[in-house]
Amino acid sequence: MDHPIKRDHARFRKIVKGRIRDNLRKYVSHGSQIIPKGNDKFTVPMPSIDIPRFKFGDKSQGGMGQGQGEAGDPVDGQQDPNGQPGQGESGEGEGNKELDVELSLDELARILGEELELPNIEPKGKESLKSVVNRYTNIGTTGPDSLRHLRRTYKQALKRQIATEAYDPENPSVVPIRRDFRYRASDTKVEMQNAAVVIYMMDVSGSMGDEQKEIVRTESFWINLWLKSQYKDIAIRYIIHDATAKEVDEHTFFRTRESGGTLISSAFNLCKEIIEKDYNPNEWNIYPFHFSDGDNWSADDTKLCLDLLDDFILPVSNNFCYGQVESRYGSGQFYKDLTAKYGAGNEKITMSKIKNKEGILDSIKEFLGKGK
Amino acid sequence: MNRTKPITGELLALKNTIEKYALDYGLDFYPQIFEVCDYDTINILAAQGGFPTRYPHWKFGMDYDQLSKGYAYGLQKIYEMVINTNPCYAYLLQANNWVDQKIVMAHVYGHNDFFKNNAWFSGTNRKMMDVMANHGTKIRRYMDRYGADAVETFIDKVLSLENLLDINELFETTSLKRRRQELNDQETAESSDDGYLIDDRSAALKSFMRTKARATKKDAPKEEEEESLNADKPHVKTKDVLGYLIQYAPIEEWQADIIGILREEAYYFLPQRMTKIMNEGWASYWHSTIMTQKALDSSEIVDFADKHAGVMYMSKQNINPYKIGIELMRDIEYRWNRGMFGKDYNECPSMKDKLAWDTKLGKGREKIFEVRKSHNDISFIDEFLTPDFCERQQLFTYKYNPRSGRYEIDSKDFQAIKQKLLGQLTNFGQPIIEVEDGNFMNRKELLLNHIHYGVDLDVNFANETLRNLFAIWRRPVNLKTKYEDKEVIFNFDGKEFKPLT
Repeated sequence: MDHPIKRDHARFRKIVKGRIRDNLRKYVSHGSQIIPKGNDKFTVPMPSIDIPRFKFGDKSQGGMGQGQGEAGDPVDGQQDPNGQPGQGESGEGEGNKELDVELSLDELARILGEELELPNIEPKGKESLKSVVNRYTNIGTTGPDSLRHLRRTYKQALKRQIATEAYDPENPSVVPIRRDFRYRASDTKVEMQNAAVVIYMMDVSGSMGDEQKEIVRTESFWINLWLKSQYKDIAIRYIIHDATAKEVDEHTFFRTRESGGTLISSAFNLCKEIIEKDYNPNEWNIYPFHFSDGDNWSADDTKLCLDLLDDFILPVSNNFCYGQVESRYGSGQFYKDLTAKYGAGNEKITMSKIKNKEGILDSIKEFLGKGK
Repeated sequence: MNRTKPITGELLALKNTIEKYALDYGLDFYPQIFEVCDYDTINILAAQGGFPTRYPHWKFGMDYDQLSKGYAYGLQKIYEMVINTNPCYAYLLQANNWVDQKIVMAHVYGHNDFFKNNAWFSGTNRKMMDVMANHGTKIRRYMDRYGADAVETFIDKVLSLENLLDINELFETTSLKRRRQELNDQETAESSDDGYLIDDRSAALKSFMRTKARATKKDAPKEEEEESLNADKPHVKTKDVLGYLIQYAPIEEWQADIIGILREEAYYFLPQRMTKIMNEGWASYWHSTIMTQKALDSSEIVDFADKHAGVMYMSKQNINPYKIGIELMRDIEYRWNRGMFGKDYNECPSMKDKLAWDTKLGKGREKIFEVRKSHNDISFIDEFLTPDFCERQQLFTYKYNPRSGRYEIDSKDFQAIKQKLLGQLTNFGQPIIEVEDGNFMNRKELLLNHIHYGVDLDVNFANETLRNLFAIWRRPVNLKTKYEDKEVIFNFDGKEFKPLT
């Protein structure tokens, strides 16, 4: 039987996810989520539930530190409000030594996957993309010392000693000489891969402010991270639109701000063109993402969009994702239109409303939680 | 299922060696038991405050979640856990290397000595392992009877008030309490059922019996009850809010029992929260002394230095209790060895003479043994922190600068540092809150008073906390405090949270 704390743990996880004890939901804080900091350093998400207590408001409080510096010098890092001396009730634990973790993007994707319980994607279509990989599966007689295969080397030495009758079972010492040395060697293989393309579309009309774009940017960072961990090669295309759409590079995608009206169909049309031209749906896994604040110019255009989705985009895509970022000016109408047409349970289309930065992880889970 | 196992072989031999050194130095400790376990188990133990069995609650799961993640992603590692019991249990991580085990053992003997001798621990129950296990059983039974959600929800509410403790309660012995209780009983002429509260039963059990007595009394004629209700909520001020609620809140027996359980556990952990700097300083002083003078093999010196330095890191954001503690202990030892204290020394006008001051007093060791016996962090800092020390340790205070939007070093002045540090330690870092009136406005409302020493409360948290308190008191609850330099009483009447006008 497992330790009873595993039950406490399971219960905590359920509370954090909002499945039980709804009255605690307001105390759940999602801690510091994983955030990229220069040089690939990240903090790990630590959800927690803050039981309310009478406590001091902290900003006015300041604190104490130790080290070099004169009055007015900044104290690096943020104050940890829980780190005052005398807090924490556990027994005496020695040496909670904090380390800087350096995580690779792969590990980061794994953590994301674990945290959000993302299923692995089952790619569609046949594996069609050729890629050449080197794998160390062979054994050779030459090579660098760092690749020396000790077991094979000793085996070889043993064989030689037995053959030359130099081996004495009473005194079983095996000494390899130069020509016994064996090394790991690489074999070149051609592997077939699934290929995937992500097409981001974003409304850059006047109502999408900097905050909304920041949300889209963060969200697309994580989505790319996850898809990259699932597919070996991934192509990413960016489309911005207001009343007309154009394809841009990543830099422009996040920095452009246009004004004027919104015709979502323009983006969908361009998306269709790109797919038709470059990505054969039988060979590619296609992921169109569309982010907007929900405003569209007219009901007619919305109708056009729905037709485009029905006739082309949905049949060729693995998953069409629509993310609606809340903004002061947006009406949110497009979300309603999509819901009215496809309902919540549609297999091919995933919709998510993103209220603010805290909503990003939830929405990623909605997008990628289907495993497609 | 045994997740921990007693040490054997080389480790046992090592334990005997270290124990011998500790005894030679004059440390005085409870019988010491070491057990080894894997990292998962030590995470579990740490999440449960060092104890193998606790009551079921998600908060242990939360701590476990964070510790396990911290370990898995290489953020932190716990080398050892030690708990204040007799015999004293300590858990070693199986994967520690040999030098780590030595350091940890030496460190543990320091803690053990501190637990046994420091005055603030004198009232703690050394059989807490059993008490905690019993608490677990009781709460599990309540969950079976009243539903897991109902019990857990109630525990959440009580945990909200868990930090409202009165440190004087630590010296409340059972006999003192009994005498007061008996006097009380005579005065209020309560039912004679209370007469059987005369043994060493745990506070939780007593609270339980007390409420039981009260419950029986409830069946008495109504008139009498009305009368006694007034006597029931006396205008006694107390900081022991949980204790007050057990006595006077209109709650069920099992609920009073749960408050009693959580209260007893909170008071058990209180001395550790009050002596963090001293306790860690003392243990670190001893691991360092034992290792460098006796136990360390010359081949291990680099590993030891590395580990020791890791524990003693200085941070600009926080005070590291290990570091401040060990340095202050060493400073006291140094000063008392050379007689650097008292009138003559303090009034000596020459800096040169002061620096070279040495009366060959040699009472350093003796002094720190004395200090570990009678002080807590506040009195320790208040009495032994010196300007020289602050300068040598490069201490400073910092505060938030709204103009630059960052925290900046504020002052390196001795008085400022001392005030800040003492302020952080006052009432173990928690706001001081006392029950002022259980019949506020003559409407059986509860009035709490926040004794304001310059720092405002976090109003959102106060709001939520009052809501939880309301669920227990079941009448409007009020909190008197100062907010943005104005006296204010916050009120929660079951519907909304607002300042009373």
